[in-house]
Amino acid sequence: MKANSTYVRPMGAWWRRNAFYRSYMVREASALFVTLYAVVLLIGLLRLAQGPAAYDAWRASLATPASIAFHVVVLLLVAYHAWTWIAVMPKTMPFVRIGGRRISDRTIVAFGAAASIVAQLACLALLAWLGWTR
Amino acid sequence: MKRSNKPIFWSLFGAGGTLAALLGPMLVFVTGIAVPLGFLLPRDLMDYERMLAFARNGFGKLAIVAVIALFLFHGLHRLYHCLHDFGIHVGPVLKAAFHGCAIAGTLVAIALVTAIGFAR
Repeated sequence: MKANSTYVRPMGAWWRRNAFYRSYMVREASALFVTLYAVVLLIGLLRLAQGPAAYDAWRASLATPASIAFHVVVLLLVAYHAWTWIAVMPKTMPFVRIGGRRISDRTIVAFGAAASIVAQLACLALLAWLGWTR
Repeated sequence: MKRSNKPIFWSLFGAGGTLAALLGPMLVFVTGIAVPLGFLLPRDLMDYERMLAFARNGFGKLAIVAVIALFLFHGLHRLYHCLHDFGIHVGPVLKAAFHGCAIAGTLVAIALVTAIGFAR
């Protein structure tokens, strides 16, 4: 007995069909790089707990060209991931009203992007201050 | 009606996404590129003594566990939902596997910062 004789549209590699699908897939796939980065940090934490020799070996592996290249890719995709998160904020945030008027989508995205840039530069400045003066 | 566990995982996903959007790229740049190369930041910023002191500090422990746990919950939750896009039908087993990995990673991180000890 045939279980299903109706036509089933083939969905293999459907994301290659148009640019919107491709950008959707890149956005979703960028979550993989957030996960991988968490795993890198978890391994570093394990190495730290194991003592100086293990930790220094982990640090040496971070300085290899392969690791730098990997982190450049992770940086690009995490940055893209961050941007998509901010760009979708007008849809994911509750409505904010000031003086009876809804804040426009563009204002929300601009505010989110500004907050992200300020937070990251402040983080870099703090680390540079700690690193170079302490 | 049985209560859904969705709000818990969605909150952790949302918190991870917000943290990644606010600090993710800079964290990757610092730990993966700038410090290993000594570019903009000194290499010894992440040496053993400094990182041990950071991990022994209460705020440091919280920061380490928050970044690892929330990034894991964020990434794995989204990848779990992405399985559908690849034609993989998800069920309770896959859901438990993806969220279980995030929970396991979080517990390992908590165990490690605890094992590292506290500042005297």
